[in-house]
Amino acid sequence: MVINILITFLLITNIGVVASGRLTYCIRVVAVQGIVIGILPCLIYGKLALLPIVIAAFTIAVKGIIFPLLLGWSLKTAQVEREVEPLVSYPFSIIISVLIFALSFWLSFHLSLPESFCVSLLVPVAFSTIMTGLFVIVSRVKALTQVLGYLVMENGIYAFGAALLREQPLLVELGVLLDMFVAVFVMGIAIFHISREFDHIDTHILDNLSDRIPADIRTTEET
Amino acid sequence: MKFALLNIILALIAAPLLSGIINRVKAMFAGRKGQPLFQLYYDLHKLLKKSAVFSPATTFFFWAGPLTGFAVLAGALLIVPQAQGKAFIQFPGDIILFIYLFGLMRFFTVVSAMDTGSSFEGMGASREIQFAVFAEPALFLGLVTLARKTANLSLSGIYSSFSWHDSTVLILVSAAFFIIFLAENSRLPVDDPNTHLELTMIHEVMVLDHSGPDLAVIFYSASLKLWILGSLVIGAIMPIYTGKIIFDELIFLSGMAVLSIVVGIVESCMARLKLLKVPQFLIVGFALAIIALILQIM
Repeated sequence: MVINILITFLLITNIGVVASGRLTYCIRVVAVQGIVIGILPCLIYGKLALLPIVIAAFTIAVKGIIFPLLLGWSLKTAQVEREVEPLVSYPFSIIISVLIFALSFWLSFHLSLPESFCVSLLVPVAFSTIMTGLFVIVSRVKALTQVLGYLVMENGIYAFGAALLREQPLLVELGVLLDMFVAVFVMGIAIFHISREFDHIDTHILDNLSDRIPADIRTTEET
Repeated sequence: MKFALLNIILALIAAPLLSGIINRVKAMFAGRKGQPLFQLYYDLHKLLKKSAVFSPATTFFFWAGPLTGFAVLAGALLIVPQAQGKAFIQFPGDIILFIYLFGLMRFFTVVSAMDTGSSFEGMGASREIQFAVFAEPALFLGLVTLARKTANLSLSGIYSSFSWHDSTVLILVSAAFFIIFLAENSRLPVDDPNTHLELTMIHEVMVLDHSGPDLAVIFYSASLKLWILGSLVIGAIMPIYTGKIIFDELIFLSGMAVLSIVVGIVESCMARLKLLKVPQFLIVGFALAIIALILQIM
């Protein structure tokens, strides 16, 4: 029962990430999602043991505290505007996230999963978290929101892995976490440097980074 | 039966107290002393002693608006389940009646606002309808989900057969209901009932021209609406029934008090949303209801 409540909160945070229009709020929602994800393995394992508690503590520390602080820091130092700037309008994004959920539910019914996936709701919600992350990466302009989308996607993969906790060795899980930690660290620093060099972190304008001089600039130089 | 009657009398007496609690909590958050808890009762008493002023431009609809609103809410009070999940009247399909009663009330409020001929009130009416477009389907889908979950078509049947066994759907639906509760009662993220700022007001603008007893009826109806929608939320969040009348009543009343405290906290911590963002907020409620329905059907 408690697991179901947690999974529902995971679902609600997915909608929160898609629906929120402010970056600070978005980061906070992802932090809550990280904490929810962190508690999950403890409950799935069933009994109190060292392994799930270590994983949970590490996950909560990294995903719930360090990442949000890091992202908040790069938000402040890169002097980003606090709007999310979606390519798809907010109401439409919310409807798409509902469609994603329906799709992932349908998908999880058509997968033949091993018996160890004890919590039936976890698999579709994990799928929809992964796809929501992908959707956030695709549909938002700022580089920071793309890091957030990456984090949400990783949370989904982690939730999917949590269902397999009894078979999966601790080392793999920690390795994945470490990978992601490095990735987000690099991204946070990269965003800071990109914004310092180019005055913005809009991924559209980053397209112009090439050796070729764009046609419009060339004509202005000739005149 | 007697118990359900007791519920209705209690609702009629205690409904204005909820907004008193909300105002108190907001005052405490702001560090003020605040109005007395029973302020709305004093206001109602004062307004009832006055006489109403009618503009010569208005017609039948202007005074029919508040009265229909009150009659409709009294009807809704008969079929809404309160403590112990039982209502005074119950029959299969009363969920549809319940939703359409609110539709009727909204229609008459809007028509009586338009009847004044003021463009200002027409603006409020259009906003009210625009937001109702998003709020109503969410309420409907939430109730349909619960009906499907409990295989019951009456509100009392639905609300008396909950259990916490399958909590996922209940959480999603009660979150959706809470969003609708805030929007329909013109509470803060959507609309602020205490300020009069032309740019963003929705519900208050429609009742600007009412005065005296009419205004008292409108205030009283608003608090009854708060009570009725609140009992929907409370019934979904805490389906705890002990079987003893006194305990059930106490649990229900404390639930309502906690709900109004939560509303006060939400109102103190949040700013009002930009008018263009309100549909987005309501669509979140709609999305939660749809997800609950998908979960229930699959």
